[in-house]
Amino acid sequence: MLDDFFVRALVAGIGVAAIAGPLGCFVVWRRLAYFGDTLSHAALLGVGLALLLQVNVTLAVFAVSAGVSLALLALQRRASLSSDALLGLLSHSALALGLVALAFMTWVRFDLMGLLFGDILAVSVRDIALVYGGGAVVLAVLAWIWRPLFAATVNPELAEAEGLNPERANIVFMLLMAVVIAIAMKIVGVLLITAMLIIPAATARRFSSGPEQMAVLAALFGMVSVVGGLFASLEWDTPSGPSIVVAALALFLASLSPLASAITNALRRNAGQKSEVPQQ
Amino acid sequence: MSLTVDMSLDPDEGRALVSLSNAGVRRDGAWLVRGVDLAVRPGEIVTLIGPNGSGKSTTAKMALGILSPDEGRAARRPDVRVAYVPQKVTVDWTLPLTVERFLSLTAKADARDAEAALAATGISHLRFSEVRNLSGGEFQRALLARAMCRKPDLLVLDEPVQGVDYTGEIALYELIKRIRDDLGCGVLLISHDLHVVMAATDHVICLNGHVCCQGAPVAVASSDEYRRLFGGRASDTLAVYEHHHDHTHLPDGRVRHADGSVTDHCHPHAPAQEPDATTGEENRHAG
Ligand SMILES: Nc1ncnc2c1ncn2[C@@H]1O[C@H](COP(=O)(O)OP(=O)(O)OP(=O)(O)O)[C@@H](O)[C@H]1O
Ligand SMILES: [Mg+2]
Repeated sequence: MLDDFFVRALVAGIGVAAIAGPLGCFVVWRRLAYFGDTLSHAALLGVGLALLLQVNVTLAVFAVSAGVSLALLALQRRASLSSDALLGLLSHSALALGLVALAFMTWVRFDLMGLLFGDILAVSVRDIALVYGGGAVVLAVLAWIWRPLFAATVNPELAEAEGLNPERANIVFMLLMAVVIAIAMKIVGVLLITAMLIIPAATARRFSSGPEQMAVLAALFGMVSVVGGLFASLEWDTPSGPSIVVAALALFLASLSPLASAITNALRRNAGQKSEVPQQ
Repeated sequence: MSLTVDMSLDPDEGRALVSLSNAGVRRDGAWLVRGVDLAVRPGEIVTLIGPNGSGKSTTAKMALGILSPDEGRAARRPDVRVAYVPQKVTVDWTLPLTVERFLSLTAKADARDAEAALAATGISHLRFSEVRNLSGGEFQRALLARAMCRKPDLLVLDEPVQGVDYTGEIALYELIKRIRDDLGCGVLLISHDLHVVMAATDHVICLNGHVCCQGAPVAVASSDEYRRLFGGRASDTLAVYEHHHDHTHLPDGRVRHADGSVTDHCHPHAPAQEPDATTGEENRHAG
């Protein structure tokens, strides 16, 4: 079944959505959209370095993203600049360096468009193994740090005072983001990874009354977007990444419609009635 | 200031849940608070009072380990289970968070404990409401309910009843005492309600950038000023503690001590050396 490139793309895309949804919730809650952009721009530098040094692309992308995350943490601690200026600095420097590095390698035949926008034709069985293997690790680690990370999102001092070590949770979260960027890059493309993180989470927000519920819904909405987007991409021969994001956007817009708010209210009322059932 | 010295020699200190000795925090060259000695033992309610900006929250954060002292020492018993009600918590509107889930924020709350805590704080009906929609007083109650669910050994409450209505205030202070009695936990309380402080706490510490005075509330309450305070004249409240101070702040920022000597500093541990620190103190005590 995985012989068909389209099935491979679907399977891989659904896997990416399953990871991007829960992580994307934290991106939304912590207002880290720009951080996602920074990491994905750094991914381009990772690709350039991988080609230059002849190493595994995914590994190189992860290494560069992780390096940028840690650099950000270090700069934030001593910096006289605000976080968004630091992010802008890191983001565009990494992007420029990556593009320059790629331009130097005239001997490599390289599909820049595929890198920027994703390429469903290029998804291999190995990529699928990577998405699901890496994805399982990411979700397991996320489940492990879920409570400290969420508590630190609500109030870092409270988390710290009650012994949850928010600092460690933050670092682990940043590394998870780097993994997701490395994994998702091939499917949705460097430029649109952040959209995969944020839009399904934003759609899920309206239907959720708890963080865990929002994470699951974000993953589901992401999967629906992947399926819709990939079929559209096949139908109209559009690049896979943008098509998926357009599908996600369509879902988000639909969630704003009156019908959706009727559903939301019904769900809320339902949740209120089940007051005997403790959540989570 | 003999009290302060006694504290550090206290043979009971080993049993304290948390203790600060001569602890201070410095930011941008000025001391936010300095020379704080305090210890909270199981079953004891220690209250910090003092004007705005006097370093009460900062002191609590040192005790909690959120801030590490730039001077002196903070020690917590390692196995202590802490519950904290911060002075200010804002829940971002992007966070879907019901009161019930909020109770399990830092550790899973037992369903029966949660129910009991919500009932005790009078917000059972808000169990499934979104936290960001709660009114100020309701949210304070939710914070207290959450702290209660943790069954702490050490409860740190930074102005826990701010914005709570008058009858609710009395009930919540009663509740804090009851939590102490039930769990035998130590409580570090920050409060502006001086009458409650006098009635319901074991040890009072008056801060104003440093420890101005401390001791049992009875000692303070036996004064004429305290009776005037009970008359409800809030303007007199700070004067209550004046008799207990062993020094007076002169208008030029210097300090006259009980023995009549005058120095640049009221701080017993650090005689005036650093000009910047002195400026900070002057500001703090002006008026
Ligand atoms: N991170 C910081 N950097 C610089 N100054 C600070 C910092 N945090 C607090 N301060 C200052 O330290 C002083 C003590 O603050 P703190 O919050 O401890 O006061 P407080 O006694 O709790 O006051 P309130 O009754 O208003 O809550 C204040 O003057 C405040 O402006
Ligand atoms: Mg305060």
